[in-house]
Amino acid sequence: MSTQFDLIVLGAGPGGYVTAIRAAQLGLKTAVVEREHLGGICLNWGCIPTKALLRTSELFYLMKHAGDFGLAVDNPRFDIEAVVKRSRKVAGQLSGGVGYLMKKHKITVIDGEARLEKAANAPRVIVKGKDGKETPFEAKHVIVATGARARTLPQAGLAPDGKAIWTYREAMVPKEMPKSLLVVGSGAIGIEFASFYRSLGADVTVVEMLDRILPAEDAEISALARKAFEKQGMAFRTETVVEKAGVVGDAVACVLKGKDGKTETLNVHRVIVAIGIIGNTEGLGLEACGAKIERGHVVVDGFGRTGAPGLYAIGDVTGPPWLAHKASHEGVICVETIAGLHTHALDVSRIPGCTYSHPQIASVGLTEDKAKAAGKKIKVGRFPFKGNGKAIALGEQEGLIKTIFDADSGELLGAHMIGAEVTELIQGYAIAKTLETTEAELMETIFPHPTLSEMMHEAVLDADGRVMHI
Amino acid sequence: MTIQILMPALSPTMEEGTLAKWMIKTGDAIKAGQVIAEIETDKATMEVEAVDEGVVSAILVPAGTAGVKVNAVIAEIVGEGAAPAPKAPAPFAAPAPLPAAAPAPAAMTAAPIQLPTPMAAAASGDRVKASPLAKRIAKSRGIDLSGLVGSGPNGRIILRDVENAKPGASPVRSPASAPAPALPAGGLIAPASLDQRIYSPDRFMVKPLDGMRRTVAKRLTESFMQVPHFPLTLDLVIDGLLAARARINAGAPEGVKVSVNDLLIKASAMALKAVPDANASYTDDGVILHRHADVAVAVAIEGGLITPVIFNAESKGLAAISAEMKDLAKRARDRKLKPQEYQGGTFSLSNLGMFGIKAFASIINQPQGMILSVGAGEERPIVKNGQLAVANVMTVTLTCDHRVVDGAIGAQWLAAFKTFVEAPETMLL
Repeated sequence: MSTQFDLIVLGAGPGGYVTAIRAAQLGLKTAVVEREHLGGICLNWGCIPTKALLRTSELFYLMKHAGDFGLAVDNPRFDIEAVVKRSRKVAGQLSGGVGYLMKKHKITVIDGEARLEKAANAPRVIVKGKDGKETPFEAKHVIVATGARARTLPQAGLAPDGKAIWTYREAMVPKEMPKSLLVVGSGAIGIEFASFYRSLGADVTVVEMLDRILPAEDAEISALARKAFEKQGMAFRTETVVEKAGVVGDAVACVLKGKDGKTETLNVHRVIVAIGIIGNTEGLGLEACGAKIERGHVVVDGFGRTGAPGLYAIGDVTGPPWLAHKASHEGVICVETIAGLHTHALDVSRIPGCTYSHPQIASVGLTEDKAKAAGKKIKVGRFPFKGNGKAIALGEQEGLIKTIFDADSGELLGAHMIGAEVTELIQGYAIAKTLETTEAELMETIFPHPTLSEMMHEAVLDADGRVMHI
Repeated sequence: MTIQILMPALSPTMEEGTLAKWMIKTGDAIKAGQVIAEIETDKATMEVEAVDEGVVSAILVPAGTAGVKVNAVIAEIVGEGAAPAPKAPAPFAAPAPLPAAAPAPAAMTAAPIQLPTPMAAAASGDRVKASPLAKRIAKSRGIDLSGLVGSGPNGRIILRDVENAKPGASPVRSPASAPAPALPAGGLIAPASLDQRIYSPDRFMVKPLDGMRRTVAKRLTESFMQVPHFPLTLDLVIDGLLAARARINAGAPEGVKVSVNDLLIKASAMALKAVPDANASYTDDGVILHRHADVAVAVAIEGGLITPVIFNAESKGLAAISAEMKDLAKRARDRKLKPQEYQGGTFSLSNLGMFGIKAFASIINQPQGMILSVGAGEERPIVKNGQLAVANVMTVTLTCDHRVVDGAIGAQWLAAFKTFVEAPETMLL
C-alpha cells in the first residue's frame, strides 16, 4: 500500500467519504482512515438505521388505524428483534455501498485509528491497525472528519451503562421493548426515539431544559409538535433537568427538578440520554499540530481551515449544526478550496434540518423569533394541512407550513413545517434560498396538483395576503 | 380603432425617403405581412409590409412624394378587434443595405412609438445574470448591477456581491455618460482567479481592482468587442504648426504657453465642425449628430487614465483651451475631477508623442464615433517636389466606429484636420 497521498481524510462518515469522493473527482490521490465502519455514525448508528425503525413505527401506527382507511387489521403486533434486525440490515447494505464507492473512485481505505504528528508541511498521519502496529502516512493535506459522540451526564448519575441508561446507540438496538422511557433532551434525536417508542406502545416522558421542545425550531412549530405528541400520549417536562438518577434493579429512579425548584421522582424502565454531542477530538494530536480546540470542537474558518498548515477539519468535529448533510457540504467546500476552485464559505441559513418523528418536522433558515431579533421587517405566511386535498386524502390533516420573508427585499428568510412528509418538501425552499429567489418567483412557480407541495405555494401566497384555499 | 401607418426608417441613417408607390387603396382590406408600399432611399428601394390587419381608411401621402420624413403618418387603417400591443422599435442591423421585407417597418407601422432617450441603456440582449434577490436589493440601494462582477456559478451576481458593493457606487464612468450595456456574463470575460495549480501563488502578487481599473477593463472590453472599428493613418508635416506655436507663444501674454496638444485640440474641433457627419454617436434610435465639438483628452493618471473634456472647443480660443487643459489635467491627476468634467465628450484625442511612440490605434471611447491617436513629431525625410527633404512629421491614426463613420467620412475628417494642422492660419477662417 502506498503511504504517500495528496489528501488523507480521517473518518469515513458522511463528511469524510463524500470529501474523499470529491477529492478523487478533482484528481487528488486520496485515502480515508476509518477505525470502525465505512459510512460512520450516520449510516451505521444514526440517520439511516433510525429511519428504518421509524418506518416500522409509522406502519404500525397506520395498521392500528387501518379502519380509518377501510382496512381490517386485527390485533397488530410487532417483534422488536425483527424490527432491529431490519434496521441493521439496511445499515449494513449501505455501508457495503460506501465500500464500493471508495473502490470505484480509487480511494485507499486505511483501517485503523489515526493520530497526527507535526511535520514540515501537513501533519504526518500515523495509523494504528487492528494488530496494534503503527504505520506512518504522508499527505499534502489532511482533513479531520472524525465526527462526534453523545454527550453524557455522569454528574447526574446518567452515565450510560448500556443496560438501563442508553445513548442513541443502545436505543437503536433494543433487545426488548422498554415499558416506560425517559428521554433526556428534546432535540431531533431525542424526539425521534420518543416518537418511535411511543408509537410502539411505551410510556414516554421527555425532559427538556429549555422552555419548549425542539428548541432549535420555530416556536409556533414547536408548540404544534408538543400538542401532537401529547395527543399521542407523550408527556413533557420543559424547563426541567434530571438532577439525580440511579439504577434500581431493572429500572431507573430519576429525580427531575423544575425551574421553580420543585422536584419530582419518576421511575422508568429505560433512560435515553440525548442532550447533544461532543466532537471526537481526543488522542489525535490536533493541538500539537497547531489546531485550536474550543468546547470540544476544532476551530475552523468557513472553508475548514484550522490555521495550521495542511490541516483542515469538517463536519460534527467542528461543531453544530450536527448534520450529515452539513458535514458533506463542508467537506466539498474544503476540498474544492484545496484544489484551488472558487468556493464560498458555508452559509448556515441554507442548511435544512429534519426530524423524522410522527408528525415530521423540517425547517430551513431563520425562525420568526430570530428574524425579528435580527431586526428584520418580516412578512409571515401560513398554510395548514387541513386545507390541502392531498393531505386529507392521505389522512394527514394535522400540520402547518410557515414561511418568513423579508418585507422589504422579499428574501425568503426561513421556512418551517410540521406534518406528513415535510422532510421531503423542505428542499424546495432550500433551493429557493440557494437561488436567492424572492416571494415573486415562488408565487410564479407552478406546483402540481394534488400534492402536499401545494401548501408550500399557499404559504408563500399567504405571506402576501393572496392565499387561495383557506 | 384607427391604426396609423408611419414612414419607416429603412436604415440607421435614413431621415427621409420617397414614397414611390402604393400597393393598396382606400377601402382595401389588408392582412399582416401584405406588401403595402414601396419606399425609395438613396441606397435602395424597399417594400413595406403591413403589421396589422384592417381596412385602409386613408392614404395620407400620395405616391411619388419625395422627402417624406421618417415616422410621418402616411396612411391609416381601421383595425378589427382589440388594439394591437405597441411594439418596441426593432433594433437595426448593421448599416449594410437591408434586404427586401426588412424587419424595420414592422415596428414603424405600429402605433406611434415613444423614442427612448438618446443613447439610453441598450437592448434586451444584454442580460445581467443576477439572482432575483440581488436584483431587488441592488435596485433599492441604487447599485448598478452591470458594474458588478458576479461570484456565483457562471458569474451570476448574488446577494453577497451586491452587499459587498458600496451603495450608490456605480463605478466611475470615465468619459461617456451613457450607461454601457453589460457584457453577457454579467462581468468581464476573464478568469475569476488565476489557476494556482499552474501559477504558484508565491510567484505573483494580486493588486486588488479599484473602480477605475474595473471601469477601464469593462468599458474598453465592451468597446473593442462591440464596435466595428477601423483605423485610418495619415502623416502630417508639422513645421507650420511648430512655427505658428512659437510665434503665438512669443506674442502671448505672461503665463500663457500654448502646447502642440492644445493646437491639436483646436484643430480637431475645427475639423469636427468642417465635417459634421464625423461628430456622431451610434444608437439604436438613430445616429446622433452632435452640435458641438466636445473634445475629450486622454490623461494618464496614477492607476489608470481619464478623459476630461474641453466642451465647445470649436468656439474657444487657444489661450482658453490651454488654460482649461492645464487645470483639467492637474485636477485629473489629483482625482478631483467632477463627473460632468469627464463625461459627455463627442470625440477623443490620445497623444503618446511624448513617449516617442510613432503610431498607434486607440480603442473607441463609446459612445463617441472616433478617437485620434497622435504619435511623436519628429524629423523625417520626406519627398518634396521630387527632392528629398527633412521635415517635422507626425503620424496620426483615426479609429472610427463604422456604424456611424464610414471610411470616406473618416478620410474627409482627416483631410480637414491635416489642413488645419499643416496650415494653422486656416483655423482663423
